[in-house]
Amino acid sequence: MSTPALATFDLTKDFSIGFWRKRPYRALDRLTLEITAGEVFGLLGPNGAGKTTTLKLLMQLIFPTSGRAELLGRPLGELSVKRRIGYLPENPYFYDYLTAEELLTYFAGLFGYTGREGRTRASRLLDQVGIGAERRLQLRKFSKGMLQRVGIAQAIINDPELVIFDEPMSGLDPLGRRDVRALVLQLRDRGCTVLFSSHVLGDAEALCSRVAILARGRLIADGSLSDMLAFKARGWELVVAGIDERSVPVAGSRVRRIVQIGYGRYAFELPLEPPPEQLMAELTAAGAHLVSLNPIRESLEDFFIEHVTAPDVTSIRREVAGESRP
Amino acid sequence: MKATAQIAINVFRESVRDKVLYNLVLFAILLIGASYLLGQLTAGQDVKIIKDLGLSATSLFGVFIAVFIGIGLVSKEVERRSIYALLPKPIYRYQLVLGKYVGLLLTLAINVAVMAVALYAVLLYVSSGVPEIVRRGWDAPALDPALLKAIGLILVELMLITAIALFFSTFSTPILSAAFTFGLFIAGHFSADLRNFDQVVDSPSAVRLARGLYWVLPNLAQFDVKAQVVHGQPVSLGYMALASGYAALYIAMLLAVAMYVFSRRDFK
Ligand SMILES: Nc1ncnc2c1ncn2[C@@H]1O[C@H](COP(=O)(O)OP(=O)(O)OP(=O)(O)O)[C@@H](O)[C@H]1O
Ligand SMILES: [Mg+2]
Repeated sequence: MSTPALATFDLTKDFSIGFWRKRPYRALDRLTLEITAGEVFGLLGPNGAGKTTTLKLLMQLIFPTSGRAELLGRPLGELSVKRRIGYLPENPYFYDYLTAEELLTYFAGLFGYTGREGRTRASRLLDQVGIGAERRLQLRKFSKGMLQRVGIAQAIINDPELVIFDEPMSGLDPLGRRDVRALVLQLRDRGCTVLFSSHVLGDAEALCSRVAILARGRLIADGSLSDMLAFKARGWELVVAGIDERSVPVAGSRVRRIVQIGYGRYAFELPLEPPPEQLMAELTAAGAHLVSLNPIRESLEDFFIEHVTAPDVTSIRREVAGESRP
Repeated sequence: MKATAQIAINVFRESVRDKVLYNLVLFAILLIGASYLLGQLTAGQDVKIIKDLGLSATSLFGVFIAVFIGIGLVSKEVERRSIYALLPKPIYRYQLVLGKYVGLLLTLAINVAVMAVALYAVLLYVSSGVPEIVRRGWDAPALDPALLKAIGLILVELMLITAIALFFSTFSTPILSAAFTFGLFIAGHFSADLRNFDQVVDSPSAVRLARGLYWVLPNLAQFDVKAQVVHGQPVSLGYMALASGYAALYIAMLLAVAMYVFSRRDFK
């Protein structure tokens, strides 16, 4: 159990871009990562962060510029290892001319499950991902979400020990998302290691024991969610109603942010210190009445925003707040 | 090896579901059938023209199938991104190239067989009404088994052309691959002329270039024994073996390079 399910060592990938004069573009920069067997690991990051690049490197769809990686304790490319791994590509696409059933039977065959065994497996997995009678349709007639389901089914057709999903929730309806969440937990309970990429932080919060955050090809954080996020209050959100605009400046420099929610209704974001009682008293004196006072806990999203896109996102928020002022 | 066979079977399934294939085969059979009409026009003199046309149609449409399906084999997987799901399966990349090749050969072999049957059927039909006396004057019997030699060499040539198409398609776009393959097909039929280039041109460097090309380009003219067969001249088994050996060597080289290129490629 001591060998990690997955490890990368200074994994780096340069793409050459530019039509006339090619120059290297670093999509992934010295990524060193280790995933323990049995855990559900989330690879997070904004668009273009290098998530898909990382996963493709692990699947040897592309080759690293430098660095290396190991899956299940072995270097990449060994058939015996590939046999124990499942992979869902980003926005999967398959063969137009095959039906879902034929595709899964074909892939089962590549894992050595031929004949009746392959067909049984195929139909069991299609049941599992909720593809019903459509399985007899050619894949060209499948919708995006249905293809995604087929993609998930083909990724686990060999009962893998390690599954790598590139954006498993993409294109799925709410029911589909719920199913995939349940499936990930089911895989984990079976002892399967799951690595998935996502920019839906809620999925990561609901599923992962550990996450890594990539931005611009670099690893900016990794660790268990509970370590990464101090799950304690880091401030207060105070909502009051019934004050007029002129009393708002009373809050002064003690607030981090003021958002007008409706007419005479404001949300103040306060730091943890000093305690909010003083300001509450002053606002009440100015005619406001209290709607709510809540501690603000750090969420993965805050963390993400803080570390990845801080300047842009806050400026957008300010604009929105400014516009809503009467 | 099993994986290669499964990939090959899937290619076969893909091509039999491809409308292009049916159109090509249908057209070839129509053409062979139409040669019957031409045979009528020349007043049942000989079945030569039917044989000639039938063999030409088999070869030409075989080339179309080899090129149009061959160029798409690998590039379509890449373009449509189905390769992302396929390559992580427990297969080596070279098996994919090999499986694709074998699968298309299977398709081609069946198509050529169908066309051969059609040709023999037309010949049987045409010759059945012809009196014995007239038939004895023909260079070769109507249902001449030697036709199979010509058809066999057509198949060997198609194997080579498929390998060329596959070779280009492992690193180039379908349109370029088609252009290159047809280019080589045409050049390959004239490459024998390059050997005697010095009789036409004085420039030693041009002659050297021609010699070089002669050795690099596939010599496809040697697979064309239509004229001999149609005129009842013998084609020795030795000749067939030599031509097939040449093709096997050439195919092995093309596939080796294609596999090497394909194994190192990034699928971005
Ligand atoms: N084939 C390519 N050629 C050049 N640059 C590329 C190529 N593929 C990816 N990149 C660049 O590499 C970077 C990382 O891309 P990648 O697809 O890994 O991002 P991602 O994290 O998966 O994003 P998303 O959330 O949008 O899927 C991007 O800046 C992208 O522009
Ligand atoms: Mg991606």
